[in-house]
Amino acid sequence: MTATVPLNAYLILSAALFVIGVAGVLIRRNVLVIFMAIELMLNAVNLTFVAFARFLHSMDGQIIVLFVMAVAAAEVAIGLAIIIALHRNKESMNVDEINLLKG
Amino acid sequence: MIWLIPIIPLAGSLIVGLIGRRMPRTLATVIACGTPSLSLLLSVMAFVRLLQMPAEGRLLRSSIGSWIASGDFSVSFGFLFDPLSAIMALVVCGVGLLIHIYSIGYMAEDRDYHRFFALLNLFLAEMLVLVLADNYLLLFVGWEGVGLCSYLLIGFWFERPAAASAGTKAFLVNRIGDGAMVVGLIWMILLFGSVDFQTVLTDAPTVLVYGSVTASLLTLLLFIGATGKSAQLPLYVWLPDAMEGPTPVSALIHAATMVTAGIYLVARSAPLFQLAPVSLEIVAWVGGLTALYAASIALVQTDIKRIIAYSTISQLGYMFLGLGVGAYAAGIFHLMTHAFFKALLFLSAGSVIHALAGEQDIRKMGGLRQFLRVTAGSFLVGALANAGIAPFAGFWSKDEILAAVYASGHGPLWVIGALTAAGTGLYMFRLYFLAFEGKSRLDAHMLSHLHEAPWSMRLPLVLLALGSATVGFVGVPPGSGLLQRFLGPVFPASAHEATAEPTSEVVLAVAVLAMAVGGIVMAYRYYLLDPQRSEALAARYPALYRTFFHKYWVDELYETAVVRPTVTSARTLSELFDARIVDGSVNGIAALAARAGSLLRRLQTGQVPTYILSILVGAVVLLGYLAFSG
Repeated sequence: MTATVPLNAYLILSAALFVIGVAGVLIRRNVLVIFMAIELMLNAVNLTFVAFARFLHSMDGQIIVLFVMAVAAAEVAIGLAIIIALHRNKESMNVDEINLLKG
Repeated sequence: MIWLIPIIPLAGSLIVGLIGRRMPRTLATVIACGTPSLSLLLSVMAFVRLLQMPAEGRLLRSSIGSWIASGDFSVSFGFLFDPLSAIMALVVCGVGLLIHIYSIGYMAEDRDYHRFFALLNLFLAEMLVLVLADNYLLLFVGWEGVGLCSYLLIGFWFERPAAASAGTKAFLVNRIGDGAMVVGLIWMILLFGSVDFQTVLTDAPTVLVYGSVTASLLTLLLFIGATGKSAQLPLYVWLPDAMEGPTPVSALIHAATMVTAGIYLVARSAPLFQLAPVSLEIVAWVGGLTALYAASIALVQTDIKRIIAYSTISQLGYMFLGLGVGAYAAGIFHLMTHAFFKALLFLSAGSVIHALAGEQDIRKMGGLRQFLRVTAGSFLVGALANAGIAPFAGFWSKDEILAAVYASGHGPLWVIGALTAAGTGLYMFRLYFLAFEGKSRLDAHMLSHLHEAPWSMRLPLVLLALGSATVGFVGVPPGSGLLQRFLGPVFPASAHEATAEPTSEVVLAVAVLAMAVGGIVMAYRYYLLDPQRSEALAARYPALYRTFFHKYWVDELYETAVVRPTVTSARTLSELFDARIVDGSVNGIAALAARAGSLLRRLQTGQVPTYILSILVGAVVLLGYLAFSG
């Protein structure tokens, strides 16, 4: 375990994951997929935190990751509930058709 | 106790006005007529106390507290009872009480009985404040108060558009005079530092220089106020229209009391006017011209109340004529006799109108004497007094004014006054003959309904007729009668009254009397013996007749010269300034916000991806800025 993976590799990976997530949110039309893409973005950030924690020998990053995971779990619960409610009301999962808040 | 005199009717007004409807009508009537009786009683008591004092120091004062105290300037709610106030208060309370009693019968069937009596009481209270105030500011309170009551009472039958607009007209025309008076009062405060009668009138000779422009302008401002309230040229136009009010109101306000406020003001300010010979000259000329002018209009009118209204203007002109030549006591004397006979004339006219169910056109009357004996008798007494026939009241006072005019060297004004006396005889007896004598021109239906008024209306008529016949004797012999000696100390010594020679005075009196009798004889020949002759006369001078009949077109002149430009400019302002600029700016700001909102709402698409994209773009821009800025 002498040859360690450099920090940049982690950061590039998490950046790539994050961009994939953003692209998914922007491009995909299915609400459920958008939701999954958001999870991807969250986890990309988590990866960054963990990598920094490892390289800086600090526990702060790992603690924040735990927080993010807890928030993400709550977010999944609420998000899925909203998606189910939407599905029941609109009979559609297409985000383009969901614009009830249009001014 | 002087302050109680105005307070009692005020309390009566509040009681009758606020809870009168909930009490039995008899009780309300007793309260409404009781308060003037109490005031009259108190006035008489104060008058008696005044008589017991030495002639030079007759003065009672009482104050119910301070009103304004600001630095050196202070005004109190103070009342003053001196011979001048005494005469005014007695006339106001006495004639006022009789008119209250008369109104019980006259207004019996009106559904706003309580409102009427509340207003009459309020009017009486304000008038008493006016005549009893011991300073100009409190006088002005009463002054405005009677103006307000006048407005409310002229427009008493406000359902009738004519009454409502007549009330407004009276109010607005009075405002013009009051505006000048306010300026005068402010100037007075600047000059004297006080509005107290005693301070101002005693200091007047030291503060104001005799004949100076300041003295003239100050007194003229007060006089403009007086012309508004006392219906003189050019502000008289409201009084004939004020006849739209109930007849007791015409008698009380527009004959006996309120219109005399201007006379009282000038008489009270006599020491000021004495310092301004120019103002006095103007007062005399305005009075004389008004007297003749109003008498000429009265010659051809056909409405019984309007004739008497123009007669009032004419008689008020006489009073100002007297004041203007320095015969203050004579002016007040005429005010007093006039209060009796003019109230009598109006109340008799009211009795006629009451009997004829609202008919006011004298061309449709005639021969009423057989049916309304008391009314006709009292009207005749009033007419004789008004025409100045000896020995009735009007003769003595008018004669004294004209003697003073002559003695002061105002020849032309004396001629005007004598002509007016002839005109007065003519129009008064034209009215009397057309309404009460000759053949009846009423239709059969009306004839069968003719009835004399109830006792509550007849009693005041009889009492006022007695007064009109006898009250003139308090001023006999001319110049040194009881009244003149009583009033004398109040007024500055005036040269004119004393210098009239007895012989020439008798000659003058006989001349004026002959003129008045001539007027009556002419009325008899033209309107009773041969009615066609009057029409022939009118046809012979059509221009003159039309001028009189249309009241010199003054109403029309004011309409085009003042009212219409005001209304037009107000309308233009409201359309241009108010609608475009004021409303426009408010609406414009609102429209701007709405427009901005409608532009901004396009950002709110409701589509989540759009929002996310904008968050992303924002984040990128922010990051880019942080990364490259340094």
